[in-house]
Amino acid sequence: MEDTAPKRKVLWTLAVFVVLVYALIPVIWILSLSFKTPETIGDGRFLPSEWTLNNYDAVFNTGFFTSALRNSIGIALIATLISLAFASMAAYAITRLDFRGKSAILAGSLAISMFPAISIVGGLFDLWRRIGLYDTWLGLILPYLSFSLPISIYILSAFFREIPWDLEKAAQMDGATPMQAFRRVILPLAMPGVFTAGILTFIGAWNDFLFANVLTSTDASRTAPVALAFFRGASQFQDPSGAIAAGAVVVTVPILIMVLIFQRRIVSGLTAGAVKG
Amino acid sequence: MADIVLDEVVKRYPDGFEAVKNLNLEIADGEFMILVGPSGCGKSTALNMIAGLEDISDGELRIGGEVVNTKAPRDRDIAMVFQSYALYPHMTVRENMAFALKIAKAPKEEVDRKVAEAAEILDLNQHLERKPANLSGGQRQRVAMGRAIVRNPKAFLMDEPLSNLDAKLRVQMRAEVGRIQKRLNTTTVYVTHDQTEAMTLGDRVAVMLSGVLQQVGSPMDLYNNPTNLFVAGFIGSPGMNFMPATIEDGVAHLPMVDVRLPQNVLERMGRDINGGRKLVAGVRPEDFEDATKVDRDRRDHGTTFQTRLDLVEAMGAEYYAHFGVAVDRQLRSADLSELREDLGGVEEQSDTGDIVVVARLNPESDARTGGTAEVWIDATKLHFFDEGSGEALTHVRH
Repeated sequence: MEDTAPKRKVLWTLAVFVVLVYALIPVIWILSLSFKTPETIGDGRFLPSEWTLNNYDAVFNTGFFTSALRNSIGIALIATLISLAFASMAAYAITRLDFRGKSAILAGSLAISMFPAISIVGGLFDLWRRIGLYDTWLGLILPYLSFSLPISIYILSAFFREIPWDLEKAAQMDGATPMQAFRRVILPLAMPGVFTAGILTFIGAWNDFLFANVLTSTDASRTAPVALAFFRGASQFQDPSGAIAAGAVVVTVPILIMVLIFQRRIVSGLTAGAVKG
Repeated sequence: MADIVLDEVVKRYPDGFEAVKNLNLEIADGEFMILVGPSGCGKSTALNMIAGLEDISDGELRIGGEVVNTKAPRDRDIAMVFQSYALYPHMTVRENMAFALKIAKAPKEEVDRKVAEAAEILDLNQHLERKPANLSGGQRQRVAMGRAIVRNPKAFLMDEPLSNLDAKLRVQMRAEVGRIQKRLNTTTVYVTHDQTEAMTLGDRVAVMLSGVLQQVGSPMDLYNNPTNLFVAGFIGSPGMNFMPATIEDGVAHLPMVDVRLPQNVLERMGRDINGGRKLVAGVRPEDFEDATKVDRDRRDHGTTFQTRLDLVEAMGAEYYAHFGVAVDRQLRSADLSELREDLGGVEEQSDTGDIVVVARLNPESDARTGGTAEVWIDATKLHFFDEGSGEALTHVRH
């Protein structure tokens, strides 16, 4: 065993390195492009020969990208919050109560999440135009919710199931209403699940291109990924590749921040010590 | 503080199964009442109904004279200690104990004072800022007690609170629970399957079996004057010895010896049980003795017989002598099979007889494993039961 240990370490390091390169090369390439001048952008070099921040200037000085970023953040955050509020209550009911049609609800929600988005987007376009939801925040939040709720309910009910029922009884005996027991005892213990579901919902909404592309038309609700696709440069004579690359980098930043903040909260073993283990 | 009255309380599940059948129980203000019985006897269900965690199907539950059948647990003003302790893992010991008071919106200085008081009683002062995960089993158990104490409720409900502790700690905490209950003088209902806890803690003990209350009384009353085979066998450790018997003309025919019954036993039975009626005789281990260690005047209260001892266990203060007895018929009784099930379904086997009898002997006895001894049996302490119904014929109604 002694001899194989260093060899193992080398192999592991190598494997990790390969995976990292595979995953990060495109990201670094975009990052590199975003710092290149228009003249050198086609030179095919991995590192920029001339560094510039002009691309970032261009992205932020054209008003529609900042408004798109605002739309993206707002829509994704609202969708996440609403989704968590409803999903946590629904998951709680599903794990704690025994009611008719419980399995039908779970199966139904799973079926909804498997529905291909492309098959409903056409219908939504017509419907949204008729009822005035076209090109509004709500018009995007609703479809995002319908896809994030099922997966959130699944994740959260798995977490709720792990929480001993005795804790809730204890809270009841301590004088808590069901809502207080849920908010002050159950929810804090299910926080890792809440954050997991929240991040997934946020990323889903943030990355969506299909709905945002079809259901929006102006700065009022166009989100960042779509705005990037529509980006044509500051003037028609300029190659927009550098600016698009800068936009792509900017779009990934909020996701990075979200994950960095919340991964600390996603710690398991929070229920240790609740009951005799 | 308040009394708790269960009046014909029934728990019926949707499939028709009755977990608790017409339970009548009056628990006086400040009393320590134990509900004891084998698993599945309905004792925890009864406790949960008092707590309000389970609905009452039928009957009436009164706490402090007020009917609380439909009241939510939070409106009953009772505290509960769970078998699993059910401490809130994300809160410190202090927060755990203060939770109920905070929910009730008590002023901060009152919360602090009450938590400090409870921590003092339970010796938890150094641990107030720790999380439950960092506490030992005994400390967690104390926190669970503390959570109940701070509220100064009308009653404490305890659901096997000591069963997760190891044997030594259990004995220590048992004494502590008793001490705290006496100090606070709060009505307490305590559920356990351990007859030792029931005997040592309770002012009164209620024995349950299959959802039916068998007998309520002081520990010594249950021990000396059981109402049926089940109570007689469940209370006491080692348990009462049972053997087939018949009585004719005031003489009890036990498998190992014939015993002339003294007047007090005959009077207790107070009815004609002559003839071939199938009876079960019950003898507690301490109602045997090494014949050579019995005083001359006590000796007349009983009879002696010779037997070979299969096993003698020296406990220090006493000997437990096991010997086999040949019987002409096997005992068939529902109560006895319940008792056997409670012991895990195994029965001690003997090389020399059909059933094993355990006798508690004076430690100065010469009894040795494999040797023979003359054993004395105290006829005045004999119990007799009807084999069919399990009813104790020697039971005295007060």
